[in-house]
Formats: sequence, structure tokens, C-alpha cells
Amino acid sequence: MVRWFCFAAILATLLAPGTFQAPAPAEIAFDGSADFLKLPTDTYLGEVAGVATNSRGQLFVYTRSGNPTVGLGNSRLFAHGGSRLFEFDRNGTFVREIGQGIYAFLVAHAVRVDPQDNVWIVDEGSNQVVKFNADGRVLMILGRKPEAVSIRVPSPNPSAAPPSRGSSGAPGAGGAGDQFVRPSDVAFDSEGNIFVADGHGANARIAKFDRNGRFLLSWGSRGSDTGQFNVPHSIATDTQGNVYVADQGNKRIQVFDGKGGFKSQMTNVGVPHAVCVSGGAHQYLYSSHAGDQYGMDDAAIYKLALDGRVVAKFGTAGKQLKQFGLVNAIDCRTENSLYVGELTNWRVQKLTLHPGR
Amino acid sequence: MKAIFLLAAILAAPPAFGQTKAKAQNVPEISYESVPGFLKLPANLYLGEGIGVATNSKGHVFVYTRSGDTRLFEFDQNGTFVRELGQGLYGFEFAHAVRVDRDDNIWAVDEGSNMVIKFTPDGRVAMVIGRRPEAVEGLVAATPGAPEPQPEPYVFSRPTDVGFDAAGNIFVTDGYGNSRVVKFDKNGRFMKQVGTKGNQPGQLNLPHTMAMDANGNVYVGDRSNARVQVFDNDLNFKTMYDNVGNPWAVCISPGPHQYLFVSNSIPDNGLAQYRDITGEIYKMELDGTIIGRFGKPGKQLGEFSTVHEIDCRNPNELFVAEITAWRVQKILLRPTSSAR
Repeated sequence: MVRWFCFAAILATLLAPGTFQAPAPAEIAFDGSADFLKLPTDTYLGEVAGVATNSRGQLFVYTRSGNPTVGLGNSRLFAHGGSRLFEFDRNGTFVREIGQGIYAFLVAHAVRVDPQDNVWIVDEGSNQVVKFNADGRVLMILGRKPEAVSIRVPSPNPSAAPPSRGSSGAPGAGGAGDQFVRPSDVAFDSEGNIFVADGHGANARIAKFDRNGRFLLSWGSRGSDTGQFNVPHSIATDTQGNVYVADQGNKRIQVFDGKGGFKSQMTNVGVPHAVCVSGGAHQYLYSSHAGDQYGMDDAAIYKLALDGRVVAKFGTAGKQLKQFGLVNAIDCRTENSLYVGELTNWRVQKLTLHPGR
Repeated sequence: MKAIFLLAAILAAPPAFGQTKAKAQNVPEISYESVPGFLKLPANLYLGEGIGVATNSKGHVFVYTRSGDTRLFEFDQNGTFVRELGQGLYGFEFAHAVRVDRDDNIWAVDEGSNMVIKFTPDGRVAMVIGRRPEAVEGLVAATPGAPEPQPEPYVFSRPTDVGFDAAGNIFVTDGYGNSRVVKFDKNGRFMKQVGTKGNQPGQLNLPHTMAMDANGNVYVGDRSNARVQVFDNDLNFKTMYDNVGNPWAVCISPGPHQYLFVSNSIPDNGLAQYRDITGEIYKMELDGTIIGRFGKPGKQLGEFSTVHEIDCRNPNELFVAEITAWRVQKILLRPTSSAR
């Protein structure tokens, strides 16, 4: 898929009738720290898919730890494990693990904390969204895990899009419910409604549920028109209830009202992987860009006003501090103190921004 | 994930390895002994297949083993168990090599996860190269005979070994799937690669092991081509040594006079026809001159059962990891007249 993006990017460049040269956005001075989190000696992070803080500054990290347990059935494989959820205090000290051995933990994709400090995980392997309360107990499940790992023979036509799940409508529109296909992210509005980005697979939609998990509506299908998606990879809401969707394959962030009405799009953010709307009275939108599939050639984080104006960008690709290896999550509860989770660098970086410097 | 690998092995059974008799003749025998019971494991810990072994500057011994899980253990210079590293690590699936760099960082090469992992001396992950495939949408059965895709800079296909030069550049042999040697800078950024599958000079057929000398030359055990190929630091082909059988493991000792050790291991299928033509380790000068040989195949103490990695920090006190005997032996070489 990523290779396809690169190809599309090259094609778009070649076909561009005239190159519009926007002024280079300002840089923000910043520091990066990768040893903020103190893990027990026998505990390791793998690919960090999600990182989020709660109102007390505690950190939750959802990581692809590997080593799932796979049971052999008759032509079927049963898998669980493979991802873990850790909690740290505001100083980075390890507090505990949450959800040990839980049925939904397979391939981590996101963790988010809602306004009531509930902790939500999104797992693209089990196709599930799980809500934990602040004590770490399960409160709600969206989606159902496939019973077994599928084994497929190679497709004679690998480029054919797989059918979306539970829908006879437009490709990727999905069904009227919570049958997710590799869901990627979750967000909430002030009324407690739940928005799920769905996702990495056959569906290309945003599904909205009420606070009790009852399906309300969904919008989007596969494509590049406004309101359509090509991998809705990350999602965030502002205090007005607007929904920001990182439409990764279309290289844009689309903005919708809470009912899915298209409002605007931002096309000056590279290839968005993770979005976050900061807390506080004056909100900003952060978006991580990764222009290559390795996180080694082209990466940055953009800081945008909510109207789409680029305030600044910072960072490069690579494995050193202040470099980014496929940032899959940003926590921006505090505007100038970010936590980013990186897939290819197996770490959480704490970024301290110095906008005035 | 173990079961998946089992299944993959069934679906795509590899061809049997060939193993050849070394061409070198009349090689002096080096006398040696094996230290019995050197590694002392706690009662509840076991080694599986002895895949990787390496020492650090303090003489601590790191063992990378395929047990129920692939695991990395540390022992002190007396063989006493110290600790485990990387418990349940995302990159640990199917061990292939462990090496220690000049700063005592520990590097693991895992051919199951396609990852190269750098640990600091205190056992935390400092850097990873490569990316484990995401098995999100289930498994796709392998297509028999399908060509390997073109190698990508940061994606390995069953990598086998890692080495370092004085500048900290990182070299990876890659491997069972790809047929190349890749050079990265000290920060893990791709610099260069060499090799395609074949038997011409500079081509590779299962680059299985590698070592570097003090001048930054790269010695690659080109196992299925039955030769050690030498490349300079920019990965230009220099020369090859094709008289010491099929190199499963190579090692170059440090110090002012460096030696090259090459193991012509008995294949892991243990077939009787290989018993008389394999199982020995060669001690050589870096220019390929053979000093002597030692060892024979077998399961007893002092015999070798598919040597998979050699540590030669001290050229007279080797550690050898053996696949099929599930062990690491400490081997003491007696000085020879040609040893200087």
C-alpha cells in the first residue's frame, strides 16, 4: 500500500501542471527524549502504535510486543496476545500493565483517553475497540474479533480491492454497525459520542456511535473525492465537535461536522499518519507526516491552526533523537509537550517545543 | 507465532543443504579440549538450539538460542548465569546470530522477525534495523517457485549476521531470502549493498555468516557456494577462499595479529554421508593461508554438531554454539608451532 502511495506521489508530481511553491513553514525549536519512560528490566516496548495521557498526566502506551499465542486448530489458527497496554505515571515511572491476555489484544493501532479518563484501545488485528475505565476494567466492546486467523492462497489479482464488510453499498462504505476491518483510531465529542476510523482494510469510513455504543451513522467510501477516503488512518475532534480525519492515501486531512458533513480539507500536510488536537483554550492540530515506508527518508510533524494554516513544522526522518520513524500516534494534551509513538523505532519520544526560541 | 512458522515450514520446505569436503589437504591438526559444563543454567532454564554466542570485553558470554521461545541469555566469565535480555521482545522469533560491538553493545539478528536489534550493555533496546512483517490480515500461503522480490534498503529477508567497522558502520548479511551484504552508517541509515544470487565473484548463495578485520574488510561465509568472499569496506569484491568447505560460521579474532576461523559444519540433517567430510573448524591467516584445523562431527564433548556461531575474542579460547546438540562449548586450543 505504501509503495502505491509513493508511486501515486511520483505520478502526481509528474502530472502537476505547474508547481505551486508555498513558502516554507517556520521551524519550531524542540528537544527530544527517548528515555522518559522507565520500564522494568524484563519489559520492553515493541512497535509503539499508540500513546495517550489522561488528565493527571499519566501515560498509556499500546505497543506491538510480539509473541502472540497461536493455537493450532483443524485448518485454523487461533491467536491472541501480540500487543500490550502499559501505564506510566507523569514522571515516566512504570505503574502497571492493563488487560493482560485480553481477547482483543493482537495488533495494536491506537490508544486514546476520553474526557472522563477512560482508556480506549483500537486493535487492527482483532477489529475491536475496547473501553477500559480508569481502574483498568473493561467497560465496553465495539466490534467482534474474527474467530481464527485466515490463511489465503495468493490472489491472482492482488490489486483488486477486497470487499468491504457488512455492506452492499459503495466500496468501503461498511455496514450499519461495528463490523470493522482493521480499524485505526477512535475519538469522542463532548456528548460522549464515539467516532471510529475504519480503517486500514476493506472499509474506508468513519462510524459514529452514541455514548452507549449504539450505532448512529457512518460516512465515507473508498475513493478520492471529498468525503471519500483512502485509508482513514487517524481521527481527532475539536471542542466544537468537528472531526479531523487523516486521509492517509489521499494525502490530506478532511474536516467534517459531527454528522459527517464535509467542511474543508488540508492538502499541505504531506502524508498524514497521526493527528491530534491540543487541549487548552486555543486549540492546534498536530499531524505527523511520513513520506516513505521506512521512516528513514522523509518525515516531519506539522503544527496547524484549526483552519488549516500551517503554523510550523519540525523534525526529520531517522533513528536518532528528534528524528521520527513512522509516528503512529501523537498525544498533545499540552500544546508544547508532545508524546509521539514510533513504529519503526520502538519508542515513545517526549518532545518539548520551544516556539518562541 | 511459533505455530505460524511451523506451518510456513511445512508449506515451503527448503531444499536439502549440500555440504562439501574441503579442498585443502594435509592440513595440520590443532589439538584442543572442551571445558566440561562451562555454562551453568538455573534449574528452570534450558538452552534450545545453540544458534548464537558472543563475548563482551569483560568476558561475559551471550547466548542466543531457539528454545520454546527464542531467548537471549547472559553468563559471566565463569559461566555463571547472570540474566535474560529481551524477554518477549517484538523482534525475537527465530534466532540467527548474536554479536558484541567494540562498545559492548549486544546485537541480535533474528531471521524469523527479519530484525537486527541493538541492545545497550545494560540490556535496553538502543536501535532496530529492518521491520517485522505485519501479519494483520492473516497468512498468505507461499507460492512455490515465486521469485524473491527486489531487496529494499530497510527490509531484510531472513538476515543472518551483523558486523561493525571502526567508524561504527553496520554490515548485515541478508540472508536466506535476499543474497546481499548491506552497509548502514552508525545511525542505521542505508549506505550501500552488494550481491545478487549466483556463483560468480561478488554474487552470493546463502551469505550465512560474516566477520570484519581491523581494516574494515568484510569476510562473508558464502555457505552454499562453499567459499569465504572478502569485500573491502565499500563492499568491492577483493578475493575468495574456496578450500575450506561450506562456511557455516566465521570469526576474526581481535588484536595485532588477527586470525580467521571458518567452520565447515556438519549439516543439521546429520546424514551419515557427511560424517567423514565435515565437522571441522579451520584456523587461517587473513590472507587465506591455513594454519591448521580441529574438530570432528559428533555429539560428545569436544565433538561438533552443526557449529552455527563462533566467538574468538581470545583466539585460543573459543566459544562455539551448536544447533543440534543444544549447547555452547568452550574450546581451548593448544598452541601450535605455526601459531604466533
